Amino acid sequence: MPDASNTLEQWEKQEYKYGFVTDIEADAAPPGLNEDIIRFISAKKREPEFMLEWRLKAYRHWLTMTEPTWANIKYPPINYQDIVYYSSPIKDEDRPKSLDDVDPKLLETYEKLGIPLAERAALAGVAVDAVFDSVSVATTYKKKLGELGIIFCSFSEAVHEHPELIKKYLGTVVPYTDNFFATLNSAVFSDGSFVYVPKGVHCPMELSTYFRINAQSTGQFERTLIIADEGAHVSYLEGCTAPMRDENQLHAAVVELIAHKDATIKYSTIQNWYPGDKNGVGGIYNFVTKRGICAEENSRISWTQVETGSSITWKYPSVVLKGDNSVGEFYSVALTNLCQQADTGTKMIHIGKNTKSTIISKGISAGRGQNTYRGGVRINKGASNARNYTQCDSMLIGEDCGAHTFPYIEVKNTSAHMEHEASTSKIGEDQLFYCNQRGIKLEDAVSMIVNGFCKEVFRELPMEFAVEAQKLLEVSLEGSVG
Amino acid sequence: MALLEIRNLHAHVEGNEILRGINLTVNAGEVHSIMGPNGSGKSTLAQVLAGKDAYEITEGEVIYNGKDLLDMEPDERACEGVFLAFQYPVEIPGVSTNYFLRAAVNAKRKHHGQDELDAVDFLELVKEKAALVELDSKLLNRAVNEGFSGGEKKRNEIFQMSVLDPTLAILDETDSGLDIDALKTVAHGVNTLRGPERAMIVVTHYQRLLDYIVPDFVHVLREGRIVKSGGKELALELEAKGYAWVDEEIKTAAAAS
Ligand SMILES: Nc1ncnc2c1ncn2[C@@H]1O[C@H](COP(=O)(O)OP(=O)(O)OP(=O)(O)O)[C@@H](O)[C@H]1O
Ligand SMILES: [Mg+2]
Repeated sequence: MPDASNTLEQWEKQEYKYGFVTDIEADAAPPGLNEDIIRFISAKKREPEFMLEWRLKAYRHWLTMTEPTWANIKYPPINYQDIVYYSSPIKDEDRPKSLDDVDPKLLETYEKLGIPLAERAALAGVAVDAVFDSVSVATTYKKKLGELGIIFCSFSEAVHEHPELIKKYLGTVVPYTDNFFATLNSAVFSDGSFVYVPKGVHCPMELSTYFRINAQSTGQFERTLIIADEGAHVSYLEGCTAPMRDENQLHAAVVELIAHKDATIKYSTIQNWYPGDKNGVGGIYNFVTKRGICAEENSRISWTQVETGSSITWKYPSVVLKGDNSVGEFYSVALTNLCQQADTGTKMIHIGKNTKSTIISKGISAGRGQNTYRGGVRINKGASNARNYTQCDSMLIGEDCGAHTFPYIEVKNTSAHMEHEASTSKIGEDQLFYCNQRGIKLEDAVSMIVNGFCKEVFRELPMEFAVEAQKLLEVSLEGSVG
Repeated sequence: MALLEIRNLHAHVEGNEILRGINLTVNAGEVHSIMGPNGSGKSTLAQVLAGKDAYEITEGEVIYNGKDLLDMEPDERACEGVFLAFQYPVEIPGVSTNYFLRAAVNAKRKHHGQDELDAVDFLELVKEKAALVELDSKLLNRAVNEGFSGGEKKRNEIFQMSVLDPTLAILDETDSGLDIDALKTVAHGVNTLRGPERAMIVVTHYQRLLDYIVPDFVHVLREGRIVKSGGKELALELEAKGYAWVDEEIKTAAAAS
C-alpha cells in the first residue's frame, strides 16, 4: 500500500516543476482551480499516488468540457475560479459551544420538524465533544458493523484503509469523464462515505444515524461509493430534514452504487439545503450525479428521494440494469417553493434480460417554484422482456409556479413492455374547501393533501424518515397559500 | 333567538346573481326542507352558508348563534358546528378517511379547548358511528371518497356528520343516488341526530326522503328566492303538481294583491 507521507514527500519534490506556491500548512486553498490546487487537496488528504493521478486526469478532462445548458433552470454564470476548492473541516473551537450559541430560529425549525433533542446539537454544528455521546454511539455502530465485515467509513478513510476496493470500483459507474459536474467532482472531491457489504451479509441497520452526525464535514464536493457484494443487502440514508446552510453555494456530489449478484441497495435521500430567500438569493446550487449499476443477475437498486431544499436542484439518480432479472426503482418527491428550481428525474438503462424498472415521480410547485421532471428509459437490443412503469404526477399550488415534464423513451427490443402515466393537477379548491368544511385549517389541509399526493413515495422511505418527510413538506409549504 | 337567521341574502358568481334575497329563520330543534328546480340556487345557498369563497355576497346578512356567520372562515364555521353534507363529495387521494376524520374531530376539539382524541378513543367513536349508518369499516382505511360508489360517498357524508356532531347540519341532496335501503339507513342516521339543540336544512328533490326525515317546514326555492313556504304537506303537493303549480300560485297571489 502506498504510504501517504511518501506521497506527500514526492509531491513536495515536484513543487518547482509544477510551480506550486500554496502553503501546505494553510487551512484553505486560495480560490481558483488548477493542477496545483488539485495536488494541494490530494496532499492535504495524504492520498496515495493513484488517487492524485485520477484527480488530475479528471481535471484535464474537465478543461475540455463546457457546462451543460439543456436543463430547465436559470442561474447566473458560475465563476469556477472564484471557488475555494479546499478548506479544512471547521475546528472545534470555531463551532458553537452549546445550543445556547445557536441561532434560535434554526432551533425553532428543528422543533417543528420533530428532530430528537439529542440530534439537534450535532446538526447545528456544536463541537462534537459537547454533543452527548455521539462519538461513542458512532463507535458502537462501527463495532457492530465491523463484526459483520461491513465497511462503513469516510471516503478519505477508505482511500487509506481499503485502496484496493477504491481502485476496483471508483469511477466504474460514473466515470471521471461522465459530465461536467461529475468530472469537476472527480478532480476536487472533498469527502463522503464509503460502504462495502460483504457476500451474503444483510446490514442490520439503516446506515444513517452515524452518517447524520458526521454530515458536517463532507464539504461541497461529496463523493460516495457503496458496494453490495453477492447476496448482500443495505439501506442507506443520506441527508436529513434539518435545514442545512452552507457558505458554499455550489454543490456537486457524485454517488456510485454497485450491486452484485442477488444484492440489494436501497438509497434514500432527504435534501433540505438552504433554498434562498423569497427572491431566490443565496440558495444552494445542487448539481448531483447519482448512478447505480445492477451489475449481475437478480440485483436491485432503489432510489428514494425527497427534495425540498436548494435553490437549484439538478439531479437524476439512475440505474444501469446490466444483470438479467435486475430491478431498478426511482421514487421521488420534489417540492419547489419560493424561487426554487428543480430539474430532476431518472434514467433507467435496460441491458439485461427480464429487467424491470419503476419510476414514480411527484413534483409539487408552489410560490414561484419551477419543477421539471426529466426521465429517460432505454431498452437495449439484448434486453428482452424488459418492463418499465413510469408514473409522473405534478401538483401546482398557486398561480405563479410551473410544472414541466420531459420523458424520453428509447426502445430497441420489441418485447419490451412500457407503461407511462402522467398527470398535472392544481391543488383543488374543492378539496381544500372540503377539508375546511370539516374544520381543518387551510395550511393543515394543504399539507394533508400534498402528503396524500406523495404517499406512494413516502411509503418507500424507512419508517422514521417517512414521518420526518411529512413534517418537512409541511414546513416547506408554510405560507404558500392563503 | 333563532339558531340561524338569513336576511335578504344576495350572492353572485362570476357576475351572475344566483341568490336574490333569501330570507329564512331556522330555530334549534327544527328541520327545514328546501326544494326547488335544478339550478334554482339550493347548492349555492348551502355552500354560501358553509363559506365557499367562490361566491361574492353583495347584500344581506347571516346570523348564526348570535354571530356574524359571513365573517367567519369556513373552518371556523365548521368548528362552531356548521356541517355540510356535499352534493358531490370530494376525493382526496392518499389520505385515509380515518386520518382525515380524526384531523377534523381534533380540529374541532382544539377549537373548543378540549384535548385531542387519541387513536384508541377515536376508533371507538368511529366504530359506533359507522355501525349507525352501516358504513363498511373497510372504507375507513381507504383514501377519502376515492373510488367510493355514489351511495358510499353519501353514506360517508352522513357518517362524518354523526362523528362531528354538528349544531346546524345542511344536507345537499344526500338522498340522490341512494337505493331504498340506503335511504332508510341514512335517514336513520339523520334522525338519530335530531334533537332540541340542533337544526337541519335538508335539500332534496324528492318527497320520498321526507317520508323518513319528516320536516317541520318546507320551502320552495326558485331563481334565487324562497317563493313559498309551508308545512310537510307542501312537499306532497309539490310532488303531485310540480313547480309550475307554484308559479301559478304566485301569479294568482300577485294578481289578487
Ligand atoms: N361557480 C359557478 N360558476 C358559474 N355558475 C355557477 C357556479 N355555481 C353555480 N352556478 C350557477 O348557479 C345556478 C344555481 O346553481 P346551484 O348549484 O345552486 O343549483 P341547485 O339548485 O343546487 O341545482 P340542482 O338541483 O341541479 O343541484 C346554476 O345556474 C349554476 O349554473
Ligand atoms: Mg344542487
